[in-house]
Amino acid sequence: MKTNYLMLHTITRVVSFIILSFSIFLFFAGHNNPGGGFIGGLMTASALLLLYVSFDIKKIRKVIPFNYPVIIAVGLLITIITGLNSLLFGDPFLTQYFEYYNVPILGEIELTTALPFDLGIYLVVVAIALLIILTIAEDDS
Amino acid sequence: MNNIVLLPVLIPFLVGVILILFRNQLPIQRFVSGVTTLGLVGISAYITYLIYQDGIITLELGNWPAPFGIVLVGDLFASIMVVFASIVAAACLFFAFQTLHPDREKYYFYPFFFFLLTGVNGSFLTGDIFNLFVFFEVMLISSFVLIVMGGTKYQLRESFKYVVISTFGSMFFVIAVALLYSVTGTLNYAHLAERVAEAAQQGQSGILTVIAILFLIVFGLKGALVPLHFWLPNAYFGPPTAIAALLGGLLTKVGVYSIMRTHTLIFTHNQDFTLTIILILAGLTMFFGVIGAVSKFDFKRILAIHIVSQVGYMIMGLGIGTTMAIAGSIYIITHNMIVKTALFLFCGATEKVTGTTNLKKMSGLLKTHPYLGWLFFVAAISLAGIPPLSGFFSKFALVLGGLEAERYFIVFVSLVVGLLTLFSMVKIFMYVFWGSPSLSPEEVKKTKVGKLLIPGIPLVIISILMGILAEPVYLLFEAAANQMLDPSIYINSVIKE
Repeated sequence: MKTNYLMLHTITRVVSFIILSFSIFLFFAGHNNPGGGFIGGLMTASALLLLYVSFDIKKIRKVIPFNYPVIIAVGLLITIITGLNSLLFGDPFLTQYFEYYNVPILGEIELTTALPFDLGIYLVVVAIALLIILTIAEDDS
Repeated sequence: MNNIVLLPVLIPFLVGVILILFRNQLPIQRFVSGVTTLGLVGISAYITYLIYQDGIITLELGNWPAPFGIVLVGDLFASIMVVFASIVAAACLFFAFQTLHPDREKYYFYPFFFFLLTGVNGSFLTGDIFNLFVFFEVMLISSFVLIVMGGTKYQLRESFKYVVISTFGSMFFVIAVALLYSVTGTLNYAHLAERVAEAAQQGQSGILTVIAILFLIVFGLKGALVPLHFWLPNAYFGPPTAIAALLGGLLTKVGVYSIMRTHTLIFTHNQDFTLTIILILAGLTMFFGVIGAVSKFDFKRILAIHIVSQVGYMIMGLGIGTTMAIAGSIYIITHNMIVKTALFLFCGATEKVTGTTNLKKMSGLLKTHPYLGWLFFVAAISLAGIPPLSGFFSKFALVLGGLEAERYFIVFVSLVVGLLTLFSMVKIFMYVFWGSPSLSPEEVKKTKVGKLLIPGIPLVIISILMGILAEPVYLLFEAAANQMLDPSIYINSVIKE
């Protein structure tokens, strides 16, 4: 008998978007408020994982054709390069810089080197979480 | 502030990350990693030179001042260790090019090789005990991957034990760090040294001694001191020789380094007790290690168990605690990294020729492969401590230091162990290289080992040079020992008033 997953699929489509957008909110909320790359990354991973669980690994793999090891490498590279750029100014590795700017619509925003650093961590966390889970999930098939 | 001390940690990390992207392009991976390791040897030698000239180099990461932020501290001992770690890594890498199966190479061997190096160099250079834990983890996780790479049944079984034991050790490590933090309220080495001295005067000496022993257990587990060594011989027997040589040359030394660092810099409040414990452990370690080696009849296994025995010598110098003995300790650590790796590489070459590591199944290689035989011979007698090679002078400094400090019993044990070391090395030499050739001439022609010996030759040359140039080498190590025995130099260079 073929089970019908209509309810699950419908809810997943909505819920995964809510989780995704909240994870992006969390990502930008760091580093002065609770949030940041690690938590945002985990939450994004959980949204994607929900898709993998409720649909099918093969199907989702077609929709999101990411090569996770490459994402891990890119994320780490972004992090290292953010740290390295302080060497250009003659400061110690990982020194962070920030500046406040007034942007017409958004008002005052803070631009900081912690953001790309967090982006790197975000990518690494998303990719590692999914890579581990998918590797284990595929193991018995 | 000087970013150069960061390079031995950062370069392997960066290169390892980049190599993930080139997983399937083996020529690129090999070329990049070869150039990087050779570059690392050069850079770390230059850093050592700078430190020898101008004193300790510190780097406050992220520009946060010392006791609050994270610091990297390059003193002479740490930088010497980084130099030798880089040399060992380079030799193993060039050996891996020729012996490792391409499937294993493609399974992220090179990235994890460099992550391991990141962890090792980071452990040497960090000036913060929690970061020591972090770098230990980086190193251990990479070593888990390397040790299980290939996934044979034996490897899976032994590396499972290795993983469990290491994780258990790491747990103890965190507990010890937490305990230390709750007593002193800081994690920075230099700050810890000050606070521990203060706390010991205020009557907290007892709990601090407990913490010191807890750290000794943690590092002893990683460094394979005798009651805690049982995981090592089997775990290092499983993986391919290039990887076994790398792990055997580097991992235990990081444990030993940490013991020496914490017990010369931080836990100096109750040395009568802690150093006596270390001395007892040293005696047990070298004796039981060498007994294990004498009883075995397998090339690779004997070498693996010998690692344990040599660790005993390394902490013996610390237990004696005089300048000469500690200089001898540094001498024997560096000598051992070089020679042990060389022996492992020659073992790998022998395995390639004969297809086995069982001593009883091979004989007469000296007639068919004379270069291999004599190179092994030089490395083996260097390990056993025959003059004029590096092993002799390192043990000489240790024994002389022990006699001056009137620690006659440990000196006696170390000399007996030296004899048994010689015995086990000669046993290998007799079984493998003497006798009538076991291989037919056709088989000999098929297996060429000339190229396999190239990574080992520089190591043997270094061992010979460290023996012939014992005077300047010893002076360098003595300077490092003096730096270690006077913690105020370290403290003042990290915490500036």
